[in-house]
Amino acid sequence: MTTQIILPIDQSEVQALSKSKNEPEWLSSLRLEALTLAGQLDYPKLEKTNLNRWSIDSYGKYKSSDSIKSLADLPQKFQTSLQDQKDNLLVQRNSNVVFQTLSDELTKQGVIFTDLETAAKEHSELVQKYFMQAVKKDENQLTAIHTSLWSGGVFLYVPKNVQVEIPLQVLFLNEDDTSIFSPHVLIVAESNSSVSYVDHVTSEGVANDLVHNSIVEVFVKPGAKVQFSTLHNLNGKITDLSYRRAVVENDGSIEWIIGEMNDGNCMSDTSSILKGNGSTSDAKIVCIGTNDQKLNITTNATHFGKSSDSDMITRAVMNDNSTAIINGVTKIEHGAKNANGEQTEKVLMLSPTARGDANPMLLIDEDEVTAGHAASVGQVDKNQIYYLMSRGISKETAERLIIYGFLAPVVSQIPIKQVADQLQALIEGKLER
Amino acid sequence: MSNSPKFVIDGLKATIENKEILKGINLEIKGGEVHAIMGPNGTGKSTLASAIMGHPKYEVTEGTATLNGVDLLEMEVDERARAGVFLAMQYPSEITGVTNADFLRSAINAKREEGDEISLIKFIRKMEGKMGELEMNPEFMHRYLNEGFSGGEKKRNEILQMAMLDPSVVILDEVDSGLDIDALKIVADGVNNMRSEERGFLIITHYQRLLDYITPDFVHVMMQGRIVKSGGPELAERLESEGYDWIKEELGIEDETVGQEEEEFKMPMNTVAPEFK
Repeated sequence: MTTQIILPIDQSEVQALSKSKNEPEWLSSLRLEALTLAGQLDYPKLEKTNLNRWSIDSYGKYKSSDSIKSLADLPQKFQTSLQDQKDNLLVQRNSNVVFQTLSDELTKQGVIFTDLETAAKEHSELVQKYFMQAVKKDENQLTAIHTSLWSGGVFLYVPKNVQVEIPLQVLFLNEDDTSIFSPHVLIVAESNSSVSYVDHVTSEGVANDLVHNSIVEVFVKPGAKVQFSTLHNLNGKITDLSYRRAVVENDGSIEWIIGEMNDGNCMSDTSSILKGNGSTSDAKIVCIGTNDQKLNITTNATHFGKSSDSDMITRAVMNDNSTAIINGVTKIEHGAKNANGEQTEKVLMLSPTARGDANPMLLIDEDEVTAGHAASVGQVDKNQIYYLMSRGISKETAERLIIYGFLAPVVSQIPIKQVADQLQALIEGKLER
Repeated sequence: MSNSPKFVIDGLKATIENKEILKGINLEIKGGEVHAIMGPNGTGKSTLASAIMGHPKYEVTEGTATLNGVDLLEMEVDERARAGVFLAMQYPSEITGVTNADFLRSAINAKREEGDEISLIKFIRKMEGKMGELEMNPEFMHRYLNEGFSGGEKKRNEILQMAMLDPSVVILDEVDSGLDIDALKIVADGVNNMRSEERGFLIITHYQRLLDYITPDFVHVMMQGRIVKSGGPELAERLESEGYDWIKEELGIEDETVGQEEEEFKMPMNTVAPEFK
């Protein structure tokens, strides 16, 4: 028994849009199937969060933005985060990708780094093989809607044995609250390849409700190594709904670095499916809640492979009336002998009206494994403040040191300096309003 | 210009949760002097240190504490520190994510005017030098503040902070607890090196052994929240050989304690047990 769901988009629109973009048949029909599913499926059931109370039906319309010739055509503040790199960049503005470059060297090596709409046409079979395979269209209403109306996005393909040394960078920028802003990122790293991907999801001047419903899928083939970093700082009017999922084969590794620095509500689910023996996953997540923000942040590692290893660390700082539900799920399936899964969730409360729950879950169906979890929710320790103040440090600086110190075990571990610096700047922006 | 400080405690009374622990303390410490406060556990010694520094748990109900005529008790904790008071704590806090170096640099710069911050090079040289004197492993510079430090390492780190911050009144609260004899000597050397006309010391201890290495100018015995006897270094020696009972007899004191105050702070740490003779 489902209630009548009013979808944010209708069939004729989806059809017309797909046609106008000349999409391959498989993709057009997938969009329509998904739309039908969206009408039948419910929102995902989240721990202690009811999405029905969130404002998540304003998706906007597909609006095409003009391509830009150079980064100089972007607003100044968004140029800086990209400026140290001339090549291997991609920029999505509202619904579509407006700028992309890939170095000749990587092109020669067979690396594909383009918007997903183009990739679906030019590399149709390759995209079809992976698209919506890690996350399924019929998981819930959100994944179905995404499948139906996503636009822009990224396809990154790294051939066998290719090591990409420089991080590939993407900017997802929304400047129009009436435009669809739901990109899909698809990364395929073939055997023994390695790549580092960095994106920044941000907005400027949004005044009305909008949903950012994005999905990231990463396929890590045997022996491959993928580092995925993402920083989200969307405006308070935008609700961020993000699924990120990696499927990791034998001896492959995925590293997630995630900064949830939005001003609006955010549901994110970052999962690693450790399919292969010896596969590894490492997830580091930092979030800051301010004002009336509601966050539901889930990290998940599912172990199938023998001797697979996962580690996840989440740190959340909650201020004002914000609420965070931080979930960590380590699932070790039967047969995943010698698997190891560790997780830590810590929440620091800065205000008496903020709320934070840390929910560590270990679900283990195999005997020969090791697993551990630690979770804590607490306030700034008064003795620590006293101690720092007794050395002449002001109360404000003492609190600041303690808060940054709380985040440091994650922030200081970020391997890409540029991402660490940018995250640090976003943290300062959120904490020092 | 004379930099010799004058630190005066006059009729200081303090309570914790409405229980009076300090019942009128009078003490005057001038630059160059080392005063030792001795006494059994639970007599109010650590409360005195905490009340001077301004720990939020203690409420001063009467009396004054002034440094060069300026009232400390009106100040916030950080202002007291910037005015020149330093308290080496019995149980220093551990702070994750803040390195020893970042912390100390913030503390030094807090005392300086904006635009006059210590240069990184100068700071590192100074810190390395002081750490060398205290025989601290250089890696402690970049370790998180006191996190995972042994009891002895924490105490050395307190002395390091003292040396870096150049205070004019130093209070050492049971700095000898948890130290083996080698560490005790290093800490004592650190203190002795800091002795000057520009600095006064108040050493709180209930063991005589620290005073074997730091010779005090004045020794005070605290019982029932008051200083009940004062004298020179010979008083400490007599306490070592005869204990406290003769003072209790002399003054007709049966129970020298004043409450649970020190018991409350008892927690397991890497303490070296006192030797049994």
